Amino acid sequence: MQRVGYAAILLFAVLVLNFALMHLAPGDIADTIAGDMGGADAEVMAEIRRSYGLDLPVWEQLIKYLGGVLHFDLGYSFYFNMPVVTLLLERVPATLLLVVAAQILAISVGVLLGVIAARQPNGMASHVVTLIALFGFSAPVFWTGIMLLITFSLWVPIFPVAGMQDVTIDGNWFERMLDVGRHLVLPVITLASVFLALYSRLCRASMLEVLGSDYIRTARAKGLSTREVVVKHALKNALNPVVTLAGLQFSAVVSGAVLVETVFSWPGLGTLALQSIIARDTPTILGILFFSALVVVVANLLTDLVLRMIDPRIRSSDS
Amino acid sequence: MEKVVIDEKPVEAARGPIAEVAGMFVKSHAAVVALVVLLLIVLAAIFGPAMYQIDPFEMVWAPFSPPGEEGFLLGTDYLGRDIMAGLLYGARVSLAIGLAAALMSVCIGITIGALAGYYRGWVEEVLMRFTEFFQVLPTLLFSMVIVALFGASLEVVTIAIGVVSWTAVARITRAEFLRIRELEYVMASRASGAGNFKLMVAVILPNAFPPIIVQAALMVGSAILFEAGLSFLGLSDPNVVSWGQIIGSNRPYILDASYTVTIPGVAIFVTVLAISLVGDGLNDALNPKLRQR
Amino acid sequence: MATQTILEVRDLTVELATRDGISPVIDGLSFEVGAGETLALVGESGCGKSMTALAVMGLVPHPIGRIAGGEIRFGSEDLVAVGEDRLRDIRGNDISMIFQEPMTSLNPVYSVGEQIAEVLRRHQGLNHKQARQHAVELLHAVGIPDAAARVSTYPHQMSGGQRQRVMIAMALACKPKILIADEPTTALDVTVQAQIFDLLRVLQRETGTAIVLITHDMGAVCELAERMMVMYAGRKVEEGTVDDVIANPRHPYTQGLISCVPHVTDDPSAERAPLVEISGIVPALRDFGADQCLFAARCRQVVARCAAERPVSNDFGSGHRVACWQAEVAS
Repeated sequence: MQRVGYAAILLFAVLVLNFALMHLAPGDIADTIAGDMGGADAEVMAEIRRSYGLDLPVWEQLIKYLGGVLHFDLGYSFYFNMPVVTLLLERVPATLLLVVAAQILAISVGVLLGVIAARQPNGMASHVVTLIALFGFSAPVFWTGIMLLITFSLWVPIFPVAGMQDVTIDGNWFERMLDVGRHLVLPVITLASVFLALYSRLCRASMLEVLGSDYIRTARAKGLSTREVVVKHALKNALNPVVTLAGLQFSAVVSGAVLVETVFSWPGLGTLALQSIIARDTPTILGILFFSALVVVVANLLTDLVLRMIDPRIRSSDS
Repeated sequence: MEKVVIDEKPVEAARGPIAEVAGMFVKSHAAVVALVVLLLIVLAAIFGPAMYQIDPFEMVWAPFSPPGEEGFLLGTDYLGRDIMAGLLYGARVSLAIGLAAALMSVCIGITIGALAGYYRGWVEEVLMRFTEFFQVLPTLLFSMVIVALFGASLEVVTIAIGVVSWTAVARITRAEFLRIRELEYVMASRASGAGNFKLMVAVILPNAFPPIIVQAALMVGSAILFEAGLSFLGLSDPNVVSWGQIIGSNRPYILDASYTVTIPGVAIFVTVLAISLVGDGLNDALNPKLRQR
Repeated sequence: MATQTILEVRDLTVELATRDGISPVIDGLSFEVGAGETLALVGESGCGKSMTALAVMGLVPHPIGRIAGGEIRFGSEDLVAVGEDRLRDIRGNDISMIFQEPMTSLNPVYSVGEQIAEVLRRHQGLNHKQARQHAVELLHAVGIPDAAARVSTYPHQMSGGQRQRVMIAMALACKPKILIADEPTTALDVTVQAQIFDLLRVLQRETGTAIVLITHDMGAVCELAERMMVMYAGRKVEEGTVDDVIANPRHPYTQGLISCVPHVTDDPSAERAPLVEISGIVPALRDFGADQCLFAARCRQVVARCAAERPVSNDFGSGHRVACWQAEVAS
């Protein structure tokens, strides 16, 4: 519960930051509107400012802004001609799908590789993990995406390389879902490659430590099979740091998603951010920043829940 | 199980700490190779443009000339600009922004981490919450917003990267300060009348440096990736070439001329790979636990 | 021995790979365990007590260590030769083990009940419900109050003594023929130590389990064990009934060990040899295989032969065996 309150404070801080950025930036809404109208004289400018409350003292504007957010009002996008919240809610599911799918893929494959590598610290799998880690840390994610895109358009055209669905498909929900899934493959692999490297390396180290612990010796002394020892007794303990890291990485995954969405024309927050930046659509840009922070905060809360499920020591530490 | 008593090897002749670290570093072959590659890249960035006198913005040949043909080593892009020239000039920007942004974030991170770890109490609480706040914000989006609002100049881009990347340094610095401030020699300095500032800067900080240096090295790599991402999106100074920008501007033509994006991508990859291998080598060399083996 | 022998170790050699090469950390070790008896393995840290236990369990750390020779006869089988599958059936079922560190020997993410029930499901074929029920009974048997409620608590909610009780419940769940207890009380408070020893004694009487007690605590040896075996640098130096060895130690090393704790001699008024200090340290691992007496460097009674020949084990009557060239002279 305390964590939820804390998350709310974080989001509040993001809003204040948003507001500050809006005011620190050169130019305001009036300039934007005037620009759209092809110029306006001082009187019209003043009128616009008054109608948006820009003539009020800064703190009153802040309270108005925060009050608006409480009523799900993040302002109006002049470029897309709709309330920012409506616009964002259209785009959030696509980004969420990409981010969550990439995290799941990265964690599951990363853990699998890490466990295999830890079983043979000097074996083939360990070298593979090292190589993946080096590649994942060093290759720009958008470039990885472009390389996959080239490969899968020119040489192995089995997956679609752009967009989220094929509008010509007019099937039932299952066919449409399958279609989205096919579109999802390349963006998810691209985004996951970065984090896969991180998780497999950490999981390997964490497994190595756990496998050398006293309770693993106890499990062996009980006569359990290697599988039971590794999967039941070791992995559940080794997962803790991996899940913690995955929670911390959520904001980085969202950042990566911006680039991956751009490469694969994925209709999420990232492509929207770029569009609105080019259009100088400040309310939308700041709305995206707030929404992405919201996604990260919620993800962090869920991570805490998962950690609690895995580790009874965390459960009892604050109850 | 009983601890197996393994006797020590004969103590090596005493050497200075720097020589010792250098010795450990040299033992890691990958790090040495990476260091050589990195030096070559830096030299190319410094002297390359002077030796290879082709303007990266000038249309020098027919667009989409593949590499190796007609005198242009790495071919030309969609506007007929020489990619080799772009790489050499772009190296300057990528490395300069990478270094400057990393330096900036290291400075911010050390300051915040040191204050939090030294004073503890409410100072630590506030500063660590502040740090967590920056961890929650998706860094790239935040930087995009800054660049969008304040203009895409090299300075803004550098600052935009620097102000969002310092959290790891802050956490490491704080942890080191928390550990070191309890050690005997810090107590001794305090007892002999050293002030807070002197204790922080002259006593604790030098001893906290090894992990910070490693992190700083890795920071340069991630700042280069960061800059590449921003300029790939078109959010960097349009008047200078950078590697990410070459990829971004040639993106519409990748299916016809994939080399225009492959080549600068390899440049980024190799540079960042070299930096992270050097960082790993530094880590092994500076980690006292490993040194004892 | 009058009782039937259930475990017979013959010429066991365990090698460990170290930086200086391969060392025999257990070197030609032979001993027997009789049904229902308690045998104490005594010696300093690093003398191979724990490695002996791990070898019997088939848990020599791989790939650093391996059993290089000898046999471990359990019933009609040689545990060195049987496969890993058979060893797994024996571990925790016919031979089980408890460890020195109760604080870290239980898995922190599973309830203690689950960790006990797991053994029962594995070896006794009980289903989840039966195993759980039996786990409660076992917890009760090892003296955990309110066992029905405590069965679902986690290790971190228990004290060290309670955790060791849980370990004992786990180890004795399948009524094994042998329980190896590796310094089971070293990490515990003195009062708790006594309770754990009492518990082991009571349970042993009920189950007829033989106990191999690994310890360097002579008090525990006298209290619990009928026979004892003294090890030094991977070799057996002396073996016999506790009464014989304590009253009449023949190996200089044993003499030193015993005189370190004067009160263990059973007759306080009897004449006692002056305290013998054992100076020096255990030899380095790389010297372990040498064909000489490895104690020679620290021995006050050393003669030329000690450094030239490996001492052979001689029986001084009623199973009191000593490996020392000077033993007869000394006695």
